[in-house]
Amino acid sequence: MPLVDDQTGQVHEQVLDNGLRVLVQEVRTAPLASVWCWYRVGSKNEGPGLTGVSHWVEHMNFKGTTNIPRDKVKGIIEQFGGYWNGYTWIDQTTYTETATRDVLDRMLFIEAERMANCLYDPADCESERTVIISELQGGENDPDQLLDQELTATAFRAHPYGHPTIGWLGDLQTMTRDDLYSYYRRYYVPNNAALVIVGDVDRDDVMRRVVQHFGAIQPRDIVKVSPTREPEQLGERRVTVSRQGTTAYLKVGYHAPSIQDADFFPLLVLDAVLTGAKGVNLWASFRTPAPQRSARLYRALVDGGFASAVNGALVPTNEPFLYTISVTATEGTSLSVVEETTLAQLDAVRRHGITEQELQKAKNQLRARLVFEGDCISNIAHQLGYFETIASWRLVPSLAARVDAVTLQQVGEAAAARLKSTNRTLGWFDPQPSTDEEAPHAGEGAGAGPATEQRR
Amino acid sequence: MTTLEQRGLAPVRSLLDNGVRVIAKHSGATPAVTIHATFDAGTVFDPTSEPGVAHFVSRTIDRGTASHTADDIAERLDFRGVSLAITVNRHALSLICTCLVKDLDPILATLADIVMHPAFPDREVETRRGEIVTMIRQDEDNPAAMAAEGLLSLLYGAVHPYGRRPRGTVEIVERISRSSMQAFHTARFAPDSLSLVIVGDLDPKRGIESADRAFASWRSAAAARPTFPAIEPPRERRMRVIAMMNKAQADIAYGFTAITRSDPAFYAYWLMNNILGEYSIGGRLGDSIRERQGMAYYVFSALDANVVAGPLLIRAGVNPANVDRALASIDEEIARMAADGPTDRELAESRQFLIGSLPRRLETNAGIANFLQMVEFFDLGMDYDLRVPDLLARVTRDDVQAAAQAVLDPSRAAVVVAGPYSGS
Repeated sequence: MPLVDDQTGQVHEQVLDNGLRVLVQEVRTAPLASVWCWYRVGSKNEGPGLTGVSHWVEHMNFKGTTNIPRDKVKGIIEQFGGYWNGYTWIDQTTYTETATRDVLDRMLFIEAERMANCLYDPADCESERTVIISELQGGENDPDQLLDQELTATAFRAHPYGHPTIGWLGDLQTMTRDDLYSYYRRYYVPNNAALVIVGDVDRDDVMRRVVQHFGAIQPRDIVKVSPTREPEQLGERRVTVSRQGTTAYLKVGYHAPSIQDADFFPLLVLDAVLTGAKGVNLWASFRTPAPQRSARLYRALVDGGFASAVNGALVPTNEPFLYTISVTATEGTSLSVVEETTLAQLDAVRRHGITEQELQKAKNQLRARLVFEGDCISNIAHQLGYFETIASWRLVPSLAARVDAVTLQQVGEAAAARLKSTNRTLGWFDPQPSTDEEAPHAGEGAGAGPATEQRR
Repeated sequence: MTTLEQRGLAPVRSLLDNGVRVIAKHSGATPAVTIHATFDAGTVFDPTSEPGVAHFVSRTIDRGTASHTADDIAERLDFRGVSLAITVNRHALSLICTCLVKDLDPILATLADIVMHPAFPDREVETRRGEIVTMIRQDEDNPAAMAAEGLLSLLYGAVHPYGRRPRGTVEIVERISRSSMQAFHTARFAPDSLSLVIVGDLDPKRGIESADRAFASWRSAAAARPTFPAIEPPRERRMRVIAMMNKAQADIAYGFTAITRSDPAFYAYWLMNNILGEYSIGGRLGDSIRERQGMAYYVFSALDANVVAGPLLIRAGVNPANVDRALASIDEEIARMAADGPTDRELAESRQFLIGSLPRRLETNAGIANFLQMVEFFDLGMDYDLRVPDLLARVTRDDVQAAAQAVLDPSRAAVVVAGPYSGS
């Protein structure tokens, strides 16, 4: 039955006959098990009229199945002390449960049901429409998120990475139950999924249970349309959001390498030098601030008194996405001064590269982050599945070595190639004073940041 | 041999000669260690005339000491990949970081220098002042922050420390001086107000020895014990609208003053709050407002049983057209909880959840450190993790209903709506 039975280091990989890739890692630090079921579908796969469908489908997949009645969903894992969640982003959709190892079977049952038997009751689809619009409008209340969405949409003209994962409001208002259901049926098949189990478990026992729950689910061919390749940018782009507000924000976005491109890790090092190392775990690292007090942009902007915060974001993705620098201007500082100061630093590093000492510090930071972001089974499991949806889980054990191998010259070349003005989009949130006449706006839709979660 | 579950966390607690409390715990998940240093120096200790000093101190204390510049400190931490988070809440100011085990001693030495000898250099004070003013202005444009602050002010009044804005106002922050911060440091930072938790891949004995080396030389007068004004229970419903017409969504904050952490009824309140607004997606409130009516992406309740009777807060983000309907649903759910109490099944499931989720809460170094600080702060005993199941098992359905009846009454609720809403 197993097509592959491969073992590299601590991760056991097996592909079922129906194409489901299963990854198991035994970690016995706590009496817990974490299950993640990943699908290679995200907002990148959405066409016109259906923006936001991946995320809405994710919400619908928590609303009962053939064998889990709607009123049995609440507490299905919580009554065992467990936790569940899910998120959708540009390349992937994922669902997770973490609970005591004793309920592993139940967690696998839930994920098998989710893959094959979700209900899509029309009334639930309607009720969820307004929940998602509320999620969108909550995001829109945050000027930083609004600017992020506008910047991304400006940087991409053709590639679907340009539209927000939560979708455009117009599509959320018009999509139908059948749109949702057919999208679900199309992408939720075992040959488009990766199931990851990490924790205090026995791998043979896990595999027996996985086969029992998932073995009979039929595969189906998926015709995946390759997204339009983004044409090369020909010159600097700008976008300004003029809204009532109290604080000014600047964002600078550069087209960035995908995880497979040679300069991804050099650019990751460069980001650590500019804004402090974040690591590469979307689920863990972005929740703790970067060590950035001595980073170049922090020194110039925050210590210089021009900004109250600066952050860089380079996230591993399947296709080239963006390297984004976000700056919050201090009260009384004009955006043009913030922009000038930011660009002066970026131009300096583009022309002269970084120093040997900065390289060493960036590597120390990234190595430490890689240790910190593997501090629990859910974070370990997340990384295996996440990398499997953008390239291969096999990158995970090699991350530290890839960081170590980065040279001064590579960082210099990456800076020179990527930080050109012709590769850049500048975004301003230019706050307008409040006016009494202004009517409440109807809302145009806002992105929800790097990932949108099902719950908080 | 005993299993982990039977043994519990079993941390080692030690009192240094100068009064510093050190709690150390081995955890071998990663070759890392979390340091969590907490001082009795929260916003309740702000001078009445200058709310915001504790927060200002938290943004400035690590920006230079008598012997090291801010740049030196930044370089020491950054070079080891350490980001130092300094947080401040009502009662405590905490310095929290995670480092590799091999870096424990140099990082502890840096932390000790920061808390014992901060210099508050003028240039740093001015830069941080600009940051804080910007943060306050951001809060003023954030309906969620405005609703929460507005509610605490309604519940506790402008004088009680729980009712004040934790970051102060722009006007006050503009005039907080370096000497105010030095005075706050002198009054609140002392060995006996420090509780230091060290959790990671090392022998607890070694952790305590390292702490002793870093802090043993510190001598400073004991921090004064605080007293707090009495809280007036509300007699009527109060509602406030903060109109923010530039926003897309309205944030609701709805609440009551509840109980202290040391009240024996705490465990009944804990369960009651879980059933009302936490369990699964936001408990009964989530069932009604999110799942059945599709009105909100988020709705939940949170109980902050504290040194004084902290708040029970209900929060929701809704379309402005749905504010009145959401408020009516909250009224209905809390009245129903007070009138009928929970079902047996709800009580059993929430109890199982709170007990069963402990191993997850205690999985990471940071999670354990946080838990141990809470245990130490409320004096719950180092075996508290083992006693939780029994404490929750003793709570009956009547106890939970009594808790609901004592606090959940729509006619005495405080309500704040912030966002594109001008009132019903």
